Amino acid sequence: MARKMKASPARIAFVILNDTILVLFALLCLAPFLNLLALSFSDGLPASSGQVTLLPLLNSGKVGFNFSAYQYLLTKNEFFRAFGISVLRVVLGIIICVSVELLAAYPLAKSGYKIKGRKYYVVFYTVTMFFSGGLIPTYLVINGLNLDDKILCLVLPLATNAWNMVLFINFFKQVPKDLEEYAYLEGAGPLTVLLKIIVPISLPAVATVTLFTAVAHWNNWFDGYIYMKTKNYPLQTYIYDIINQLTTLSKSPDPNTQALIKNLPGKTIRSAQIFIAMVPIMLVYPFAQKFFIKGLTMGAVKE
Amino acid sequence: MAELINENLTLSEEERLKNRKRQDIKMQLPLHLMMAPSVILGLIFSIVPLFGIIIAFQKYSPAAGIFNSQFVDFYNFKRLFARADFSQALFNTVYIAVWKIVFTTVLSIVLALLLNEMVTKRGQKWIQTIVFLPYFLSWALIGSIFVEIFSVDGLANKLLLSINPNAEKIDFLARNEYFRTIIVGTDLWKNLGYQAVVFLASIATVDPSLYEAAKVDGANKWHQCIYITIPGIMTMIVLTSVLNIGNIMNAGFEQILVMYNPLVYETGDILDTMSYREAMVVGTDYSLSTAISLFKSIISCIFFVISYKLAHKINGYTIF
Repeated sequence: MARKMKASPARIAFVILNDTILVLFALLCLAPFLNLLALSFSDGLPASSGQVTLLPLLNSGKVGFNFSAYQYLLTKNEFFRAFGISVLRVVLGIIICVSVELLAAYPLAKSGYKIKGRKYYVVFYTVTMFFSGGLIPTYLVINGLNLDDKILCLVLPLATNAWNMVLFINFFKQVPKDLEEYAYLEGAGPLTVLLKIIVPISLPAVATVTLFTAVAHWNNWFDGYIYMKTKNYPLQTYIYDIINQLTTLSKSPDPNTQALIKNLPGKTIRSAQIFIAMVPIMLVYPFAQKFFIKGLTMGAVKE
Repeated sequence: MAELINENLTLSEEERLKNRKRQDIKMQLPLHLMMAPSVILGLIFSIVPLFGIIIAFQKYSPAAGIFNSQFVDFYNFKRLFARADFSQALFNTVYIAVWKIVFTTVLSIVLALLLNEMVTKRGQKWIQTIVFLPYFLSWALIGSIFVEIFSVDGLANKLLLSINPNAEKIDFLARNEYFRTIIVGTDLWKNLGYQAVVFLASIATVDPSLYEAAKVDGANKWHQCIYITIPGIMTMIVLTSVLNIGNIMNAGFEQILVMYNPLVYETGDILDTMSYREAMVVGTDYSLSTAISLFKSIISCIFFVISYKLAHKINGYTIF
């Protein structure tokens, strides 16, 4: 029967209701960002006195744009330094973490009799996935290795990410075996096979893990707070530090704190900083979304 | 090269197997070497710290180090269990985690079903893109945004005043009666879109011919949803729920660390934040801090094992 069903009034009502709910929900998701953006472009007074909703306000009470928060940040060295450290961290993180994971995932994607002791490796990685010594023991190890306040201590601990390896393994298993077999017959070693044959075929998986890694390194802030000195904070740690001082001070009964709060950047500048920290993610995100979805579903469900 | 392949083709089955075996042996060393960097880093940063949990049974002093500190058996745990704020933090942890899991699971299924019913695929893409975005931002940023929104001069109070101009301004994050609701709510705001996208991807794998057959039988959209879509993603729903059991002790350390303050410790302090504070903020009691995280890890571990065993039993789920 090719007859197209006619939409009933109930169906039409549902569709309208459904779309309305979803649009409202999407607006609810956007509202905090719009508020943030509006605050960053507002004059100081309407921002700090809670007048700003979704559009930037000027002192006169009219809607308008004030760029001084961004102009101020352009002159602020600490902010640039933090931004630079974050960028460096992301670059190093991608290079080190993705290569380490690629190298380890290839042997693991082979079946048990091709690589001896595979099951011990599996146990090892499962342990790293679910057990951690916790904050202090990890802190003591990094301290003991003299890695604190060095950018490597933000990168190296994340290099054995078993979840990313699982993603690679699932992808490698789908690569046709014949290609590899030929290469091996020609006398190529596993490293050559991985780099020349497997990686070029697995570019979607490599892209996905690279994006995961980049986002993770851009977003991680607690490790920076624990291991780095204040002048070497990555951007997100730098932002957390400001908001943390603010909440701690504003909830403190000590009367002297008001003077200390005055020293912190104002609401418009804080908002501008947060917004700038979001920009790299928002730039990558629309293009990366499909990789993320693929990666997430690949990691979560195996066919 | 061609000769090599030809030669191989003319070999007998037995010889070819032997050849392959020889190759496998030759490949062992390079394969294990490829795993070495990952294994070494994993040993240093994941396995060695595991042995550090013995600090929980010591009276650790940084000067003496882990090898020379005095062992005190369960003294740290006794100290811990005697503290009222510990049992409060334990309760908060489980309470916040359970509500997060329940709401995220139920609402993300609803959101996925609603998204699936959108008529235009373009509209669906747009909404999906927007609701998925907060998942990719850190709690340092999202938490800071919400700290501003729920402050006395923030968006929340502005809305409150526009509804009722005589209302008194509320410092939401300083009030115990609101804190947990805000934590669960903002967590939903951040993660709902992600969970919904996972379910939506699962809905897309349902066989379209089932819908065609149902239409022929006169099933309307509601029937299709109840009898095809939901059963079609049932394994995914069960799997997600079962794996979530393992998160029962994860109330969201980073989120709470950014959003809480001393005024709401009563409702907002969780084991992770307490452990962190004992060692790095109010004191340097490394032993007590490690005792808290060990206590949490043991319970977590039990639930993880249960959840993965269940997932394996129900669905044949394995990680590797």
